[in-house]
Formats: sequence, structure tokens, C-alpha cells
Amino acid sequence: MSQSHADSHGHGHAQSFLRRYVFSVDHKVIGLQYLFASMFFLLSGFALMMLMRWQLAFPGQAIPFFGRLFPADLAPNGVMSGEFYNALGAMHGTIMIFLGIVPMGVAAFGNYVLPLQIGAPDMAFPRLNMASFWLFLPGGALMLGSFFLPGGAAQSGWTSYPPLSVINPGQTVWLLAMVLLITSSLLGSINFLVTTANLRAPGMSLMRMPVFVWGEVVASVLLLLAFPPLEGAAILQLMDRVAHTSFYMPKDLVILGSHYAGSGGGQPLLWQHLFWFLAHPEVYVLVLPPMGIVAEIIANNTRKPLHGYTTMVLSMLSIGVMSLIVWAHHMFISGMSPALSNFFLVTTMIISVPSVALMTCLVFSLKGASIRYSVPMLFALGFIPLFAIGGLTGLPLGLTVTDIYLHDTYYVIGHFHFVVVTGSVIALFGGVYHWFPKWFGRKMNDTLGQIHFWGSVICMVGIFLPMLPMGLAGASRRLYDPTAQMHNLIVQPLNVVSTMFTYGLALFQIPFLWNFFHSIFRGEKTVENPWQATTLEWACPSPPPHGNFEKTPRVYRDPYEYSAPGRKTDYWPQNEPA
Amino acid sequence: MNNYGWGLPIRASSFAGQIDFGILLIHAAMALIFVLWGVFFAYLLVRYRRRAGTPAQREEHHASSQGGFWANNAGELKSLMPDVLVMLFEIALIVFYAFPVWRSIKMSPPDPKDADVVVEVTAEQFAWDVRYPGPDGKFGRAKPELVHFSNPLGLDRTDPAAADDIFVANELHLPVGKKTLIRLRSKDVVHDFFVPEFRLKQDAVPGLEIPMWVVPTRIGHYELACAQLCGFGHSLMRGDVYVESPEDFQKWLASRAALKPAPPSASNNSGGF
Repeated sequence: MSQSHADSHGHGHAQSFLRRYVFSVDHKVIGLQYLFASMFFLLSGFALMMLMRWQLAFPGQAIPFFGRLFPADLAPNGVMSGEFYNALGAMHGTIMIFLGIVPMGVAAFGNYVLPLQIGAPDMAFPRLNMASFWLFLPGGALMLGSFFLPGGAAQSGWTSYPPLSVINPGQTVWLLAMVLLITSSLLGSINFLVTTANLRAPGMSLMRMPVFVWGEVVASVLLLLAFPPLEGAAILQLMDRVAHTSFYMPKDLVILGSHYAGSGGGQPLLWQHLFWFLAHPEVYVLVLPPMGIVAEIIANNTRKPLHGYTTMVLSMLSIGVMSLIVWAHHMFISGMSPALSNFFLVTTMIISVPSVALMTCLVFSLKGASIRYSVPMLFALGFIPLFAIGGLTGLPLGLTVTDIYLHDTYYVIGHFHFVVVTGSVIALFGGVYHWFPKWFGRKMNDTLGQIHFWGSVICMVGIFLPMLPMGLAGASRRLYDPTAQMHNLIVQPLNVVSTMFTYGLALFQIPFLWNFFHSIFRGEKTVENPWQATTLEWACPSPPPHGNFEKTPRVYRDPYEYSAPGRKTDYWPQNEPA
Repeated sequence: MNNYGWGLPIRASSFAGQIDFGILLIHAAMALIFVLWGVFFAYLLVRYRRRAGTPAQREEHHASSQGGFWANNAGELKSLMPDVLVMLFEIALIVFYAFPVWRSIKMSPPDPKDADVVVEVTAEQFAWDVRYPGPDGKFGRAKPELVHFSNPLGLDRTDPAAADDIFVANELHLPVGKKTLIRLRSKDVVHDFFVPEFRLKQDAVPGLEIPMWVVPTRIGHYELACAQLCGFGHSLMRGDVYVESPEDFQKWLASRAALKPAPPSASNNSGGF
């Protein structure tokens, strides 16, 4: 269908399969490439976690079915080794963040939806866009493939703190892959910013842009400003490993009894500062685009304008600014000057204000609504209370004094998984159900969607809620064998609970995957604007042809003009003349 | 050792109560916020579900020139009241709790002269090396090139100050009620000194010597765990903390001092295994 459309608009130069679907410069194809790639990486990262959860629940017992498949140095007799556990842990974090959620939230949805929502024919730099994907994919393949290289995958945590990361095996490939991924992300983020600045349709003033576009813009600014320091830092760490420089290595290290040969004079804390200078803004990169998705879905399914559009935009912008100066709240007990902690405590408190404002606006948007409980809406509504748990549990971690005890415990793991899984991932699922008709001209099945929603949400809470009391009891994270430390023994049953729900979560992804792939080909066909939405992406065919709009749309009003008085329909598209 | 349960572990240091106060207060506030919002949220979901013949009601916007910014945005600003309340709570928490308590726990380590006990704890993959200065009260010289499996700290026993230093692996003995200054070091990678009962946690960073203090308040046997990923043996990196009466502590020190360290030998220079 898109072929015939493309032809009728004169864009359809006879393109080879390779040009159309592989090395495509069309933002929609690239968006879908990112979507499929990031879904694959999310599943891979989840698979790693399923192995780790077995070890955490039943330390020292052979992994059923799969244990024998691993080489003896990773899992002798099917029992996971400490090195293998650490590699799985480091790669789970890396893959989920850098290859899963950020590429899906920022690059997949951003590429497909952002140009449509602002009425652009494509991204500003289509070739750069293609280059971005073709740096991302090799970077991801290298990262995942590092399991099969001599030395295995990186095993120093996704945070890669030196000196451990400099002396541990696997890290060189991790650093090389990161350099590819960061470069890809820089090309993507500059593209989103230039596109939004220059390619908006006439009448699409900044304050008429959908909230999702704002989320993408702020995320792109953060990626652009915060990623280069990490790229530099990663190259320095690479030099420490391969050229035996000592950027992060102090003098007179004695490693397993031998005097380390490097010249010394470096500072391990330098890496931590550079790393968290990216990695804290990265949290908002993980959260803001999904939050934008939630805002889109809520406006559409409440059939009324969002409560506090201006507040939401200003909150996102101030979060963007503040997130660049809160990084060291990850380092209260790292050995940096404790006086410095007070500064970061105050900035952390300040950033919580716009974050709460965003959530407040989402909740108040329901007031006076006519809520349509569609599948995307279930996910958007699920996001609100569960993400709130993630936000609230950040309080005792952001406060210096209570962080002394809770730092590096399971409380931290519970906290940020509530943010990133029951927050970002839930929102991304909602986005898939919401925009699926746009992508493929077909709808996903509602019943399967409801099963997927309830099953996933219950399992996610079952996984992460037990981690909070575990952390309060003092159980540390990143322990290969939690039962080796006495203070973990009493809460160990909670590890079993988490593990069981993890396998449950895996089962509930089956209806989703089946629904997704089956609906691409066999789903119920839909009309151009099945959700009766107001934003511009619904003002072109589904899927849109090359070049998107028949003629450049003109924008007459705010993005969420639902239930406007005196109109027959309860939605008033942005591009419809008065 | 019945120190652990389903809640917080027992409190065994002078500041454990202060930290627990914050944890409990914040959790009470969190629960309150979550329940209030949750009830409101559930009400909205039921009250405003789609019903035939009941369209959504848009909020009234008085976008007129009269009234000014505040009056025109009254509805939106009113909805930010919960945010303001949370902010005021956070400010109070920071000013009256976090600043002073953080200052006393992390920013005011005692001068070695004022501490009752000074002990050096050095972390390594995957053990805790504990050193007391011995009767002379001085830590002797240590050299990395002297490190050997029989001399993990590389003590230079030819230095008179080092000759009486007391070394013990994976055991930390402390007298109850005495202010102890712990000098935290690491030989190789970043580790973390964590004693749950003390509510004390601090990264050990190679190249830095980080001072921290504790006044144990309860005689007992506690766990010293590494809380920062330090390699394949991380979960096995643990030690025991024995808080004893001052008399028992002195007796223990004397018994350790009586063990004569091995005289320096040529093989010490080799380093490594």
C-alpha cells in the first residue's frame, strides 16, 4: 500500500530492497529499524536477568535446562560462576539502558513520531539519521557479541568503576562498543534538535508542540551535552587498559599480591564524576520521552486538553537544566568531599519539584475526563502510581544521611527499576499499542493487550516490591551469592519471590510478541485516525508514504483540543481550519 | 547472632538512631503521600470513566486581559499546592535533619589525638586487613614492594614504629562506648566498608585514606561486608566485628601483641605469590 502511495506522489524512485529497508534514509523505516533492534536488545537483556535471578534465588544450584549449554569456565556443571554472574550483571544494565530503553524511547518513537507530529516530511539530515542507526547496530552487536570473545563480556558493572574495570577482562570491547553507541546517539540527538528547530509546519509554534516532542527535545539536549564527556572518559579508560596510561589508576596499587606496573598518579573518582555526569541526565533521557508518550495517550483517552500544558513544558525544561548538576548524589559515600554532598543534596531536592509537577499535571488531567479505557490508556494509567513509587523511593536515597545506609542495597535496585521498568517500559508498551495503527495500518488485539498489561504489571510489582524491604534489611546489591553474607539470610526468601515473578513476566510477554508480529500481517485494518486524535501524525495515511504529508499541513491550534465547545465531534485536529 | 530481621537490623552505634529516624520519617511521609494520591487517583478513574451522554468537561480558562497571570491560571496553580507541600517538607528535612546529621557523621572525623582508638582498615580483593598501631600508638612504615601473602600490608618491620603494629585479617575488634577513628584504605580496587548494625557505609578508594568514626554502643558480634562490586569474589568479602567491653578489648590487644611477628626476611622483597 505504501508503495502505491509513494508512486502516486512521485517520490517512488525505483529503489532496491537494500535502499528501502536496510540502508534507508526514510525516518519511518529508521524508526522501525530502531524499534525492532531495541525490542531484540530488551529481550536479550531480560534473558540475562532470568539467568541471574536463578543464581540469586538458588545460589550454587545448577541452572535448569540451560546450565549445561554454557562452557565449563562460565558455568562449571551448570552452576554459574562469579565471573559469569558479574558479566551478566554488567551487560544487563548496559544493554537495557544503552541498547534497549533509550534507543526505543528516543530513537524508535522519536524517529517515527516526532517528524510526523511537527508536520515535517522527514528528519533534517536523513543520511546522518541512517548513519546513526548503522553505528548503533554494530555497537550493539559488538556489546552482545562480547560474550563470545576470549575474556568474555565486561564484568565490572554497567558503571565500570576503575581500577576494577581497568584490570578486569572484557572491558576493552565494552569501551569500544560504547564509543560506537555514543557517537550514534550524538548524531541522532543533533538531528532531532535541528529537525524540531527548522522543519515545523507553518503555525506549529513551540507552545503548540505535543508534549512528546518536548520530551524528545529535552532528552536530545541532555544526550548532546552529557554524552561527550563519557565518550572522552571511555577513551581515557581504554588508554589505561591498552596503553597503560594511569588516568584513573593511583600510585602503588597492589593487585592480588603484585605491584601494579602503571606509573600511577590517576584518580578513580575522576571516572565516577565523568560517568555520573552522563548517567544521571541519562535517567531523564530514559524517563522524559516515555512520559511524553504517557501525556499523548492520556490527552487522547481523556478526551480533554491536558491539565497544565505550560507547567509540563516548563517542568521538562527545568528538569533538563537541573539534571546536569545533580550527578554526584550517586557519590555521597564515594570518598569525595562530604561537604560537596550538601550541594548535590540541595540540587536533588530542587529537581524533585518539577518532577512532582509533571506527575501532578498527569493526575489532574483525569479530572472532568471521559476516560476511554483503551489498551494504551491502561499502560498510561499504570505508569502513574508505579512511577510514583519509583519517585518516592528516591527520597531516602537522595538524602545524604539515609543514603549512608541504603546506598548499594537492594533498595536502590528496587527504586530505579520502579522508575525505569514500571515507568519507562510500561509507557513504551503503551506507545507501541497507541502508534501501532500508524506504523502498520492495522490494530493490535485488545484482549491480548489486556492480558499483557495486567500480567506484566502484577509481575513487575512482584519483582521489584520485595527489593525494598530487602534493602531496608541491609541486603547489598551485586552479590553473586547473597547467602555468603549473614545479614542477607533472613530476607533471602524474597529473592525467591522476585525470581518467580521474573519468570512470570517472561510468560506474559508471549501474548505481546504474538500480538505484535501477528497483527503486523493479520491485524484488523484501521482507518487513518482510529483513536480520533488531534495531533498531526494522524493527519496523514497509515502508514504514511515517503514524504509523509500530501501537502505540508498548516497548524491552527493547540495540540489537545478535545471536547471543544460547540463542535459536533469531540476532537479538533491541529490542522483542521476553523 | 540475632541482629537481623525483616525490618532494619539492630542499632549498635551512636548515630544509628539518627539515621533510622530519617528512614522511618521519610517512609511515613512516602506512605502518606502515596495513599492520599492513590485514593484521589482511584476516585478519578471511577468518577470520570466514559459514560454515554456525558462528554468530558474542559477546564475553564479565563484567558482574558483582566485578572492578570495569577487569576488566569488559578486552577493550574492551585493544583501545584501538593508540590509546594512536598517541597516545604523536603526543605525542612534538609535544613533541620540532613545538614546537621551529615555534618556530625561524615564531616567531623575526630583528630587522632582525640580518638580513644585508632585503627587502619585496608581493603583488598577479597579481604579486610586490619591494623592497630600497637603500644607506641604509631602506625609504622609500609611499602607496597614488601607486600607478600605473609605480609599483606607490606609492613616494614625494620621500622621501630612498625615492629609493634598489630595486624589481623578479617576481624575488627572495638571497645564499646569509645570513639574509634577508622582510617579506610584500599590496595587495589574500590571496596566499601559496610557494617549494617552501625549504619556505617563508606567506599574505600585506592590512593585515598578516608577517615571515619564510630562509637559502638552495644557489645556483640556484627558483620563487616563489602558493599561495592570488587570482582568475582565480591560476595565472599566479609569480616567479623567484635564489640567488647574496654577490658576485654585491652586483653585481646595484649594477646595479639604477644604474638611476635616474623622477622623481616629476604623473600619479603619478591612480592606476589
